Amino acid sequence: MQRFIQELTKGLWREIPPFRVMLGLCPVLAVTKNASNGLGMGIAVLFVLVLSNAIISSVRNFIPKKVRIACFITISATLVVAVELLMQAYVYPLYLQLGIFVPLIVVNCIILGRAEAFASKNPVHLAIADGIGMGLGFTMSLTFLGAIRELLGAGTLFGKFIMWEGFEPFTIMVEAPGAFICLGLILALMNFMTHWQIKRRNESTPFVLLHASQMPSCGGACPGCSSGQNKG
Amino acid sequence: MSVFEVFVSAIFVNNIVLSQNLGQCPYVGCSKEKGVAIGMGSAVIFVTVMATMFTWMAQKYLLDPFELGYLQTLAFILIIAALVQFVEMFLKKAIPPLYASLGIFLPLITTNCCVMGVTLMVQRDELGLMDSLIYAFATGAGFLLALILMAGVRERLETCRVPKAMQGTPIALIMAGIMALTFMAFKGMV
Repeated sequence: MQRFIQELTKGLWREIPPFRVMLGLCPVLAVTKNASNGLGMGIAVLFVLVLSNAIISSVRNFIPKKVRIACFITISATLVVAVELLMQAYVYPLYLQLGIFVPLIVVNCIILGRAEAFASKNPVHLAIADGIGMGLGFTMSLTFLGAIRELLGAGTLFGKFIMWEGFEPFTIMVEAPGAFICLGLILALMNFMTHWQIKRRNESTPFVLLHASQMPSCGGACPGCSSGQNKG
Repeated sequence: MSVFEVFVSAIFVNNIVLSQNLGQCPYVGCSKEKGVAIGMGSAVIFVTVMATMFTWMAQKYLLDPFELGYLQTLAFILIIAALVQFVEMFLKKAIPPLYASLGIFLPLITTNCCVMGVTLMVQRDELGLMDSLIYAFATGAGFLLALILMAGVRERLETCRVPKAMQGTPIALIMAGIMALTFMAFKGMV
């Protein structure tokens, strides 16, 4: 039970994606133009992640090692099709807003990364806990990033104008460059806080530090880029 | 649109990495050295064009006639995965020198959103086969350009003194942001 809670909560802060573990950057940067898009995307990923973790973990002993990636992709693709159909049925405007990023959940590193790094090695209940934790963490980060960008870029939050009168929005924040700069600054801030904590307590690091040059940019778990499989 | 316009649009105006935010993982992950960047970029061009061709045909002759449009995602990712595997085996057997330079990047491309994204965008915009292939090639070229530029910047960055908290990924992302800002200047060209 303790293990269950540990796996559940690690995704919420200690290994929160995509800030601590750089997984699935594309949707993070592309759909966080406003907070509600970020929230919707996060929930879609949460759904796929929990179910794919559960299924992969329950069939982990039958899948031959050599074709495991193909099996993982098929399972997650099936779930993504389900999400697409559900979104078309119930939240069609959001589906149109997110556009091709809904089908692109298939190639999101976070799904395959967790499948490979966690679900294929652990029993079902732990895999589900990991999926929920990571998914919730991802949803929180996306909403947070979306809220910052929406607030600065349009002066609104979840579509409601809340900045002071005469506020001039920085349009750049809702464009592509704003995403990069915003995420970069948040990462830097998190690193800074971690350094500061370590210095103050003067004890060994509880976190994985992102700045370390040997740390691959996407956790190394995803088969989609070079840092995972070869060091380039 | 003429071929030239498609190229300018896909490489500069709507660059896949810097303006559409696709293919970020390799953009941040494989842009540490120029050689790696060129290898990865060329492999992406190659696979994107091939994948676009096959998925276009699958959509036109398999999914549409049988009204299986909702299986698009599943079908496309399986085609891309199988294609990448096949291309890798073919290159290994038939053209070893090319395999030596591109081979190591091929397995990593299956989950590159760049490839999948282009095949989906081509379907969304309902382009013809020839237009799709040109668009796929131009988008791949845009990816290559962004990757090489980033690798060049990061090679220089190695010798710079960056604040401790900014080292690694944060500074790379901010660099990417500035680069995206420069590319925004191309807006209005097409």
